[in-house]
Amino acid sequence: MLKNRIIPCLDVKNGRVVKGINFVDLKDAGDPVEQAKIYSDGGADEICFLDITASNENRNTIYDVVEKTSKKCFVPLTVGGGVRSVEDINKLLNCGADKVSINTAAVENSKVVLDSSKKFGSQCIVVAIDAKKNGDKWEVFTHGGRNNSGIDALEYAEQMEKNGAGELLVTSMDRDGTQVGYDIDLMSKISSKVNIPVIASGGVGNLDHLVDGIKLGKASAVLAASIFHYGKHSVKEAKDYLDLKGIPVRI
Amino acid sequence: MNVTIVDYKSGNISSVINSFKEVAKDKVTIEVTSDLNKIKSSDKVVLPGQGSFKSCVDALNKIKGLTDTLNEFAINYKKPLLGICVGLQMFADVGYEETETKGLGWISGKVSKIDNQKGKYKLPHIGWNQINIVKNSKIFKDIENNSHMYFVHSYEFVPNDKKVIAATTDYSSNIVCSVEKENIFGTQFHPEKSDRIGLKIIDNFINL
Repeated sequence: MLKNRIIPCLDVKNGRVVKGINFVDLKDAGDPVEQAKIYSDGGADEICFLDITASNENRNTIYDVVEKTSKKCFVPLTVGGGVRSVEDINKLLNCGADKVSINTAAVENSKVVLDSSKKFGSQCIVVAIDAKKNGDKWEVFTHGGRNNSGIDALEYAEQMEKNGAGELLVTSMDRDGTQVGYDIDLMSKISSKVNIPVIASGGVGNLDHLVDGIKLGKASAVLAASIFHYGKHSVKEAKDYLDLKGIPVRI
Repeated sequence: MNVTIVDYKSGNISSVINSFKEVAKDKVTIEVTSDLNKIKSSDKVVLPGQGSFKSCVDALNKIKGLTDTLNEFAINYKKPLLGICVGLQMFADVGYEETETKGLGWISGKVSKIDNQKGKYKLPHIGWNQINIVKNSKIFKDIENNSHMYFVHSYEFVPNDKKVIAATTDYSSNIVCSVEKENIFGTQFHPEKSDRIGLKIIDNFINL
């Protein structure tokens, strides 16, 4: 039986982790490689890096991080943030990323998804959708949530599946950082609309939220950042809890 | 001993390279090449594969003499070869992804789309699934039955002779996820991404 995945996400800026795990025995709390290793040793089903480096001159730092991580972690590694072109994707994959998530570029130029999924295969193309509720629908935002594209998130999700996305990483901007739980309505609507796996993101504050994301939100995988940081919960605790609630996980 | 990972410019093979190097340490030389002479002289060959069946077969054929060299290595000389993901799928006679494409024909059978029961199951089949070991394959030495492996694929290999099946996995149907025919081994899942247990399979192959 296919298991639901738990994916810890690390925000990386200029090659350093922002809001990382606060373990006392860490030699270097800001080192993404060391933190990713802790997650994978702890049973993470996948690791996600979100590069939030703002300045162009530091953009290359992520390649170095990915290269080092892929030599130490032998679970899938997804990298996103600032991916603009097929060439960017190529570089990340060559450094050892297994999947690349595309956000703004997919909205601005849908050919990026078409071309990259053709070139590298759908299995490594994740389209990240940042959605915000407006009335009775959700709109897709770009540029780290700063710009409203006005595009309907559900229609967009369907289009991205057609263009060759292998997975969708759906983040509710209304919930992101609030710790009140995923936007279940958004997740389940998108998941029902498409036939590719949906990764739920944005708003996890406790382990029950992970359960809800899978049971009610129909997500194939749940991504979370802050609950795994500062040692609030370990990946193992999360898995044991999901298991207890009858959700199939890899233990 | 040296193990060659065939680099035929199709998809992302860095994870395969990293995992083999991790397991091999300094004991075994890992070569990454499409050089025909190097492939011929190596002890073992790994055939990775990502993307579509057609794109992988096309990429193999683009390198002059490569399929002949692989045929010679695996069929004439019967040296150990491991196919991963589409690398395994290419063992088949024919694949139906994108369009009908001829495979290497090493293990008779076809590669067709997973029947997802009219949308009841998501495709690709992505994530960790348990393998049901049905044959005492050498690459499964010390691997417990029902171990979890990492999968990502939408097409499955359907061999004609069921005796080649080494393991299956349950999704929308019972999917063949590993084969063994004499010196030819294959996994539909990605041992290079399947944590310590996946590395053990790689170790088993290296130590054959």
